[in-house]
Amino acid sequence: MSVPVDSLPPIRWPDRPRSSYDVVIVGGGGHGLSTAYYLATRHQLTNVAVLEADYIVSGNTGRNTTIIRANYGLPEAIRFYQHSLEMYRDLEQEIGAAILHQTRGIVWTAHTETAMRTERARCLVNTACGARTVMISPAELKDVVPQIDLAGGGRYPVLGASHHLDGATARHDRVAWGYAAGASQRGVDILQHTPVTGLVHAGDRVAGVQTPGGPIAAGVVLSAVGGRVTALAAHAGVRLPIRTHPLHAFVTNNYAQELGSIVASTELVCYVSQTERGQMLIGAEFDAQPSYSRQSSFSALRAYAYKMTKLLPFLRELRILRSWAGICDISTDFSPIMGETGVDGFLVTTGWGTWGFKAIPAGGEAMAELIATGRAPALIEPFRLDRFARDHLVADHGSAGTR
Amino acid sequence: MLWLTCPNCGRRPVEEFVFGGEVRAESDPILEPDEQDIDLVWMFDNPDGLTTERWFHVAGCGRWTTIRRDTSIDVEVS
Ligand SMILES: Cc1cc2nc3c(=O)[nH]c(=O)nc-3n(C[C@H](O)[C@H](O)[C@H](O)COP(=O)(O)OP(=O)(O)OC[C@H]3O[C@@H](n4cnc5c(N)ncnc54)[C@H](O)[C@@H]3O)c2cc1C
Ligand SMILES: [Zn+2]
Repeated sequence: MSVPVDSLPPIRWPDRPRSSYDVVIVGGGGHGLSTAYYLATRHQLTNVAVLEADYIVSGNTGRNTTIIRANYGLPEAIRFYQHSLEMYRDLEQEIGAAILHQTRGIVWTAHTETAMRTERARCLVNTACGARTVMISPAELKDVVPQIDLAGGGRYPVLGASHHLDGATARHDRVAWGYAAGASQRGVDILQHTPVTGLVHAGDRVAGVQTPGGPIAAGVVLSAVGGRVTALAAHAGVRLPIRTHPLHAFVTNNYAQELGSIVASTELVCYVSQTERGQMLIGAEFDAQPSYSRQSSFSALRAYAYKMTKLLPFLRELRILRSWAGICDISTDFSPIMGETGVDGFLVTTGWGTWGFKAIPAGGEAMAELIATGRAPALIEPFRLDRFARDHLVADHGSAGTR
Repeated sequence: MLWLTCPNCGRRPVEEFVFGGEVRAESDPILEPDEQDIDLVWMFDNPDGLTTERWFHVAGCGRWTTIRRDTSIDVEVS
C-alpha cells in the first residue's frame, strides 16, 4: 500500500514485524518517527520498529495547527524549544524533503495591564535565553498586521503585544513523513495497523510488547502514543500526571490578502495563522473536561470564532470549511515529560499536550540520545518524570495557552 | 457538546460548570506513605470509558454535584 507523496522517498512497509528488536517505539506520530530517524542517523541503531495502531500521523501530529515558536516563560523551556525551532530551519536539508517551512513571526496581543507585564517579562527572559522577542506598541502592531482591530471590537482593546520574530509554521504531514521515510530507508521497520495491547515483562523490567499478532521482544520500549499514554504506561505499572483533553481547530476558505504574522493572544486563548494555500487556520483552548472523543463541536467553533473575529473582523466574511479535533496528553505543569519512568526498559515521551509539534525535532533527537547512550542530554533533564516527586515542576501554563 | 444534569437546575450545557476533577477508582494500594502522597497529589486515572467526577455549577445554583460520564464519547451516563 505504498502511496507516493510528492518527491518523498517511498517508505518500506514490511509485511510483519520481526520477533525481536533493540528498540520498539509505540506510536507513529511525529515524536515516535523522529526518534526512530535520529536513532538510525545519529547512533546507527537500525534494529528498530515503530508500531502504529492506525496509520502513521493519524494522531495529533496530523491534526495540529503547526505553530513553531520558542517564546516560553521559563529558561528550561525556552532553551529546549529554541533548539527545536533552529532544527526546523534546517530540516529540509536534514531529511531531504520539502516541509514548506515559513518564518512569519508571531504577535501575542495584551489586553490588560497584567497581560502587558507578562509579555514584557516574556521579552526579557526570551532575550536572556536566546529567543528573539520584543515588545511592540499598538501602532507598530498595526504595521505588522494591518487587518487588526486595535479596539478589539470594543471588548478587547489592544494595549500592546510581544513580537516573537522567529515564529514559524511547517506542513505537519510532510515533517512526519520525511522522518518516516528517512528512518525506513536506513532499515527501521514501520508497521501500521499494529496496536500495542500490553507489555512483556521479564522480572521487574519491560522486555517487549504484546500485539494482536503476538509478542515482540525489545531491549527498550518507548511510549510515544500521544493522548493514549495513561493506558499504555499502566501496563508497566507507571502512573502519570496526565489528563487527556480534546483540542479543536478549524480552517476557512481562501483569504486573498496576506496575514503578515501569526496572531494570538494568551489572554483570550485563541490564535490564527494563514496556511500556504491562503486559508485561515484557527484554534483555541482545549475542552475543560478530559475525554478521548475526537468529535468536533459547534460550541467550540462558536467560542473560537467569537474571540478571533473581535481581533480580526475580516474573518467574518470567510466560511468554515472543515473542523476537527485531537486528543492531547496534557501534563499537570504544562511541560513535556521525557525519559525514564523508574521501570527498566520502559521510557516515555509525553506531556506534549497542545504544544508538541514544535518539539518534534529536538524531542526525537534527545530521546534517541538517551536510548542510545543511556544518558539524557542536559537539554531535557528538567523534563524528567520524577520532577513531580521532587517538587521541581516546570510550570509554564501561561506560555502553553496558544500552542 | 456535553450536557450535564444538575440535581437542582436540570440538564444544562457544560459551559455553565467548572470541572472539579475525577473521583479516583480503587486501585492497587500503594504502601509507601511518600509514594501515596505523590500519587494523590499528581497522578490521574485518566480513564478511557466510564468515570465519576465532581462538577461545580458556577453559572447556576452554585453547588457541587457528582456525575458519571463516558469519556470515550464525552456524554453523561446515569
Ligand atoms: C488541534 C490541535 C492543534 C495543535 N496545534 C499545535 C501547534 O500549533 N503547535 C504545536 O507545537 N503543537 C500543536 N498541537 C500539539 C501537537 O499536535 C502534539 O503535541 C504532537 O503532534 C504530539 O506528537 P506525538 O507523536 O507525541 O503524538 P501523536 O501525533 O498523537 O501520535 C501518537 C500515535 O500513537 C498511536 N497510538 C496510540 N496508542 C497506540 C497503541 N496502543 N499502539 C500503537 N500505536 C498507538 C496513535 O494512533 C498516534 O498515531 C496541536 C494539537 C491539536 C490536537
Ligand atoms: Zn445547578
